[in-house]
Amino acid sequence: MAEIPAMGRPPAAGNGWLIEVEGLTKVYGEGPAAVHALRGVSLRIRAGEFVAIMGPSGSGKSTFMHLLGCLDHPTSGSYRLAGEEVSRLSRDRLALVRNTRIGFVFQSFNLLSRTSALENVELPMLYAGVPRDQRLRGARGLLEQVGLGERLNHKPSELSGGQQQRVAIARALANGAPLLMADEPTGNLDSTSSAEIMTLFRRLNRERSITVVVVTHDMQVAAWSNRVVTFKDGLITDDRPAEDAIPASVRENVGAPEEVRA
Amino acid sequence: MNFTLLLRVAWQALRRNATRSFLTMLGIIIGVGAVITSMAIGSGAQAAVLAQIESLGANLVIVIPGAVSSGGVSLGTGTRTSLKLPDADAIAQQVPEVAAAAPSSQTSAQVVAGGTNWFTTIAGSTTSWPQVNNWNVAQGRFFTADEQAHAAKIAVLGSTVAASLFPGGGAVGSGVVIKNVPFRVVGVLDTKGQTGFGRDRDDTVVVPITTLLDRLTGNSWVGNIAISATSPEAVPGVIDATERLLRLRHHLAAYQPDDFSVRNISDVQQVRLATSQTQTLLLAGIAVVSLVVGGIGIMNIMLVSVTERTREIGLRMAVGARGRDILLQFLVEALTLACAGGLIGIVLGLATAQATSALGHWPVLVSPFSMILGFTSAALVGVVFGFYPAQRAAALDPIVALRYE
Repeated sequence: MAEIPAMGRPPAAGNGWLIEVEGLTKVYGEGPAAVHALRGVSLRIRAGEFVAIMGPSGSGKSTFMHLLGCLDHPTSGSYRLAGEEVSRLSRDRLALVRNTRIGFVFQSFNLLSRTSALENVELPMLYAGVPRDQRLRGARGLLEQVGLGERLNHKPSELSGGQQQRVAIARALANGAPLLMADEPTGNLDSTSSAEIMTLFRRLNRERSITVVVVTHDMQVAAWSNRVVTFKDGLITDDRPAEDAIPASVRENVGAPEEVRA
Repeated sequence: MNFTLLLRVAWQALRRNATRSFLTMLGIIIGVGAVITSMAIGSGAQAAVLAQIESLGANLVIVIPGAVSSGGVSLGTGTRTSLKLPDADAIAQQVPEVAAAAPSSQTSAQVVAGGTNWFTTIAGSTTSWPQVNNWNVAQGRFFTADEQAHAAKIAVLGSTVAASLFPGGGAVGSGVVIKNVPFRVVGVLDTKGQTGFGRDRDDTVVVPITTLLDRLTGNSWVGNIAISATSPEAVPGVIDATERLLRLRHHLAAYQPDDFSVRNISDVQQVRLATSQTQTLLLAGIAVVSLVVGGIGIMNIMLVSVTERTREIGLRMAVGARGRDILLQFLVEALTLACAGGLIGIVLGLATAQATSALGHWPVLVSPFSMILGFTSAALVGVVFGFYPAQRAAALDPIVALRYE
């Protein structure tokens, strides 16, 4: 694979924190039936970190992911993304933040069916109003970077799961977002494809200083990160470097090399 | 996103479900087709009636024998035979503001010329016939007052009759035989064409009424008296005076009803005009109902489409689509559906109008206005009925949409 050039905007505010979350809560419903999904979460992530968020289902990790991804408003608390307070922005402003600063990778790929890889990658650029020739050039370049230069016009149904996820990653990078959010990105993949996808994340993180946040319940995925944050009952219960959080046996098993945690 | 791109996305989405899209369009297609057809038939009939009034002359008043009916019961006795030739002369001389009064009668007969024959209508009238009917001679001349007075055996042919009996021309001066009576042809009339309802007006022969009564029908009753008033404004006065004169001449006592009726020809045509307008209105009603039903069909399918593509909507929102981007996308899709239906509907309407004209011998007139109206209504239906589903799509919560199964 070709070397990935850095093309994103300067990723962080002056103080070096890309994500600053303070006392974040999220309550669904009202009154006695209300569900407290997050009960006051504070977390800071530096630009260029590779963070895994873990926890059992119902722990609030998905809710936290949605708030970090600017897909939802918190009930209370503050969230600063690259120095800008985004927790109270309007729906349209949030759409703009998602469009330019956050790239999403989903468990089920979420590619547009019957639409070529190229057009799928162009999608975020369409909403950013990028001119046609620039879109084409950008999308082609990104697909080449993720190793799909030969499959530009393939439709999702003509690609393997691993290839589809690589298209999704190219799409997440389309507008040069400094933050990549992945929700169980290897959940639908076999172990070989999983390793490929995680390798790609690690390369993007190391070579382009893209901040990667991966939500997973899988130790083997978390083993690729350099920081593991654990949720339980709407609170962060554990936050430590990956080499402390993941048993050595698991790390060796997935073949994640030592340099990952350098 | 620019508009061409929106159109392309909409087109792709519609092509993905080609059959469904077509079935959805059917309501719009039928609606727009009905708009085009109804307006073509309506304005065709109207144009035909107006042309007829024009060719007959708006000043025309017609007296026909027989009483007007009262309460659905025909009154008066011997109603078919109450007008005689002297009545026409009296009207021409005594009623003010009458330019001419032409009595006429009709019969049907075989006309023979050499080896050919033609079955047609024989009209008997007077020298004022060309003036009253606004119909001139193309070749030769009309018969004269002298010939009329002497019941000369002279005929003027309609162009259809002339063409049928004398295909090589040379009708004027030739002889024809009607009911074993030899006639000399002195003229051929202008071509008037068909009536609005398909009757060939040129399929006729005109002879002096005296000749018709003496030689062909053998009685003294005339079929009608056509009166030409000096101006359209004089028509009501002429009708009134004619009625009074004829009551006097027919010795009708005050308690006796008229044994004739006097009608303004444009009144008669107005009734036909109103009838054709009612038909147009009826078809237009069908068109509106069909468009509304078509719109509901579009709304239904767009709601299905929004539900089916909830995850796609969620993904688009996740990568940066704003509410209005999604709204526009689905609105353009509904609009494309409606406009495509509108275009097909226009083609269908044109075809139906042509078929109506060709098979039913109805006069049709397709106006560009009806096509613009049809297409605009379709587009409007698309926007109105596409808005609610598009609004629903735009209001989706991105998280819910992304997780939708």
